[in-house]
Amino acid sequence: MEVNEMIKPENLVVGRTSVLKECPMHYCPGCTHGVVHKLIAEVVEEMGIQDSTIGVCPVGCSVFMYNYMDVDMAEAAHGRAPAVATAISRLNPDKYVFTYQGDGDMASIGCAEIMHACNRGENIVVIFINNAIYGMTGGQMAPTTLLGQITATTPYGREPKLHGYPLQITELIAQLPGTCYVTRQSADTPAAIRKTKAAIKKAFMNTRRGVGTSYVEVVGTCASGWKLSPENANEWMRQNMFEKYPVGDLKDI
Amino acid sequence: MAEVALMKGNEVVAEAAIRYGCDGYFGYPITPQSEIMETLMIRKPWEETGMVVLQAESELASINMVYGGASSGKRVMTSSSSPGISLMQEGLTYMAAAELPCLVVNVMRGGPGLGTIGPSQGDYFQAVKGGGHGDYNLIVLAPASVQEMNDFVGLGFDLAFKYRTPVMMLVDGIVGQMMEKVTLGEFKPRWTKEQIEQNAPWALTGKKTGAPAKYITSCFLDLSQLERVNEHLQAKYKVMKEQEVRFVNNDCDDADIVIVAYGSVARICRKVAQLAREEGIKVGVLRPITLFPFPTVELQRLAAMGKKFISVELSAGQMVEDVRLAVGNDVKFYGRTGGIVPTPEEILEQIKKMV
Repeated sequence: MEVNEMIKPENLVVGRTSVLKECPMHYCPGCTHGVVHKLIAEVVEEMGIQDSTIGVCPVGCSVFMYNYMDVDMAEAAHGRAPAVATAISRLNPDKYVFTYQGDGDMASIGCAEIMHACNRGENIVVIFINNAIYGMTGGQMAPTTLLGQITATTPYGREPKLHGYPLQITELIAQLPGTCYVTRQSADTPAAIRKTKAAIKKAFMNTRRGVGTSYVEVVGTCASGWKLSPENANEWMRQNMFEKYPVGDLKDI
Repeated sequence: MAEVALMKGNEVVAEAAIRYGCDGYFGYPITPQSEIMETLMIRKPWEETGMVVLQAESELASINMVYGGASSGKRVMTSSSSPGISLMQEGLTYMAAAELPCLVVNVMRGGPGLGTIGPSQGDYFQAVKGGGHGDYNLIVLAPASVQEMNDFVGLGFDLAFKYRTPVMMLVDGIVGQMMEKVTLGEFKPRWTKEQIEQNAPWALTGKKTGAPAKYITSCFLDLSQLERVNEHLQAKYKVMKEQEVRFVNNDCDDADIVIVAYGSVARICRKVAQLAREEGIKVGVLRPITLFPFPTVELQRLAAMGKKFISVELSAGQMVEDVRLAVGNDVKFYGRTGGIVPTPEEILEQIKKMV
């Protein structure tokens, strides 16, 4: 079959979700953000909730998420997305409200806001991208940076005495009675991406039930920050990240 | 018939917010303004008007909840006192840049640092000069009575939405804590979804079919775009300076000496003017109600008449700088700090030195 034949609508087996805008993303090759953006957009489209979804984006590489997602979005100050989302959700209970944050934004500077939003059981969806590094500012140590991992601010590797330990924040979140669904997924294989999409969909469906905060961590790659090729970054993630951040459901009520 | 009550300044802020159709209050306890959230929690407006009241985990969270609520076109507010307001500066500069309306009540206490819970006007610079990073201003309203604390809630929300800007009610601890007779406002319903669409067409209310999705941001990486944003903000502030200046002129036109004072200090200075006139010294009081925009033009009008000026404040000398910008350097200053309030007699002594 020729390319011209393949792209005819009747021959398409997979389409591009209309909830993603028709514009190139700024993300580096091999980055997880673009994949997760697409998954959220597909879930919003499948659920038919584009007109009733409000997203909150972070400070970090995904600060411009509103340029890509065709839903109403607010850009929050560094770490504050759960507080911003709290008010949007409480004042607009008919809306599906989600936050999208990286590890520096959520697990470091925004640690208080995420803990308390989850502890109050805000009726929001939290998407947490954990790639164990600050991407946008040039690859510095994140709270989730692994021991021994080299970053711009741990040039000799993360050492507990100097830099503290990797923070398993998702395990902490799962302890909070306000959360109803806490899961950790990845996006390194087609199968993993499908599982992540199912998790995101479950989280958005939970908003209808109104039984608490739904939280999806996606262990992701930062090929540029890790200074690896996209393929090697995926491999490094599997070999190093999954041991500290094992994939699977931590809580599902 | 209008309802009259005897209330604390802080309490009436809560009552006025409910009656004006405020959609949400987000706050964190701090003396001397905790009565605002306590009164709201006792009143349970969520049962009456649907107003959301939430005790946040910090002032950082409070102001960012206000950011979120304002993003969706709701009339939302927070309140705090000096150290808490310092924590909110990040949120306020983001809101000014993203052009989000809100009402922030600062019942000032003595600083710097953790300071004391006594009354102060030491946050003037922070309030009227922006407070956070970048070029921006808040509209700053300075009530001098419980009645004005009531009235400025509605005025604050109106100005906030008119200019898409955060508005701060800057109150010294005396006005927040004292009880006075107050005429309460009529009950107004909260805005409906249709009214929000009409009054805040920029608000995040969910993407409409055929229209682009909306977003709220303060991030403009393109340098020339950010300069255009700044020019737009400055143009707004220029209009405020032309149209929103509010002040009270008490007998300044026939006076030789004009005391410039705001909040509770202006009331003390009314007494000073009375005592001075009894001794044959013609004194008037110019009380700015809006600290930004500042009544520069009125001060210049009085200066042209050859009057002498003194700024009296519960600070080490902050508003006096704006008085000097208006009328020149020859402005006397008298202030007390640390939560101490000057007596009429000690201010009168300063006036006599000017004769």
